[in-house]
Amino acid sequence: MWSILANPHRFMRFSKPAIPALALIGVVLFAYSLWQGLFVVPTDELQGGHIFRALFIHVPSAWLCMGLYVGLAVASFVWFIWRHELADVAARAIAPVGMAYTALCLATGSVWGKPTWGTWWLWDDPRMMSVLVLFFLFIGYMALRTAMETRQKAARAGAILAMIGLINIPIIRVSVDIWSSIHQGPSVIRAEGPAMDWIYLQPLLIGFLGQGLIIAAIIMILMRAEVFGQQADALMARRLAGK
Amino acid sequence: MSAAPLISAFRQALSEAWANGAGAFLPASFFAGAAILVPFTMGSEMEVLSRIGPGVLWLSLALASFVTLERIFQADLQDGALDLWAQEATPISLIALTKTLAHWLISGLPLVLLTPVLGLMLAVPTEKTLPAMTAYGLGGLTFFLWGGVAAALSASIARGGLLIALLALPFYFPTLIFGALALQGGLTTTPGLLLIASTLFALGVAPLAMGAALRLATD
Repeated sequence: MWSILANPHRFMRFSKPAIPALALIGVVLFAYSLWQGLFVVPTDELQGGHIFRALFIHVPSAWLCMGLYVGLAVASFVWFIWRHELADVAARAIAPVGMAYTALCLATGSVWGKPTWGTWWLWDDPRMMSVLVLFFLFIGYMALRTAMETRQKAARAGAILAMIGLINIPIIRVSVDIWSSIHQGPSVIRAEGPAMDWIYLQPLLIGFLGQGLIIAAIIMILMRAEVFGQQADALMARRLAGK
Repeated sequence: MSAAPLISAFRQALSEAWANGAGAFLPASFFAGAAILVPFTMGSEMEVLSRIGPGVLWLSLALASFVTLERIFQADLQDGALDLWAQEATPISLIALTKTLAHWLISGLPLVLLTPVLGLMLAVPTEKTLPAMTAYGLGGLTFFLWGGVAAALSASIARGGLLIALLALPFYFPTLIFGALALQGGLTTTPGLLLIASTLFALGVAPLAMGAALRLATD
């Protein structure tokens, strides 16, 4: 299905109406989950009272920042093997969004950790360390791309870095299972099924979907801007060549 | 495929290091300098030093690898050696691995040999010197492998020094964590085995990434 969109013209035709639609549905779903999470859902005294409501931002942002890195690596792989230009445009658009979401995940986690664990940050915690590494991977990826002379070289170097950095994703996932961590184990995506009550799970999943759609819209906006920029460059080059 | 390019890359890396005059002394003195600054900033109480000493050595090792890696592939790109290697039948990733190993031999191993002396100065307990040196050696090799990937990626960038540090940093974390833990328990405990595993992983993956990055640099 995605190979259809690999054609830039088809992508531009598809994304123009898709962006407002995705953004609108995403905002509605996200607003619903925030309203449920912040006002409707009962407090959970075991999780430290009202602060547990950070869950509805923290958990989706954690899933999404890992998902965005996987997306970056997959786009890099597709570009590296098949040289689909649009895959590189996508990788370039994903990086800043992924970095922002990793920062959001770390920030909301700290805010949640202070009242419940008594600390903003723990240096010897594997989950926190591996997410911090993810943050540096995104920064390094963007710095490397900026430093390269041509877009082609930036794409190739970035793709190599993004692909070897993928090793960090399974480390984040299993970090709480194999090393002792203050972070709780997984309570939604487990072999035995979710451990969370449906009343919490439902707004969480809806919020995740909503934020995912908003992110998709943002990434497509960035991709369109990049495609327009390249078209403008080509136009300028033709103008300068006097044709 | 023949071994000739590998031998020549190895010999070139060794002779280049000595030809610049400083050879092994420059990284070693940087390493010692970084470690010796610590008692002035952290205070010179023996109990503080003996607790943080091993960590200081790990940190200095990581910093020294950043500093020495900037030129590892850049010089080859500038004098055209890289273009010649790219045309060999021998995989360029093997040549990159050879260069990295030679580089580790010149600027990594002397640091490891220096650790007992610096450890003595930093009041690190001396009963487990040999296992500790093995851990520093493995950790240093892993640093040079991942740092080599970062150096290969930024070989065509004029002042890539800071970029190398930023790119290699995420890959240093596991080694630093397991390395520091392995010094407390020993190489046969879980952190020690994980340190060895991280070195083996780097040995398997880093050369391929270096090869891909070097082919990019020669284009």
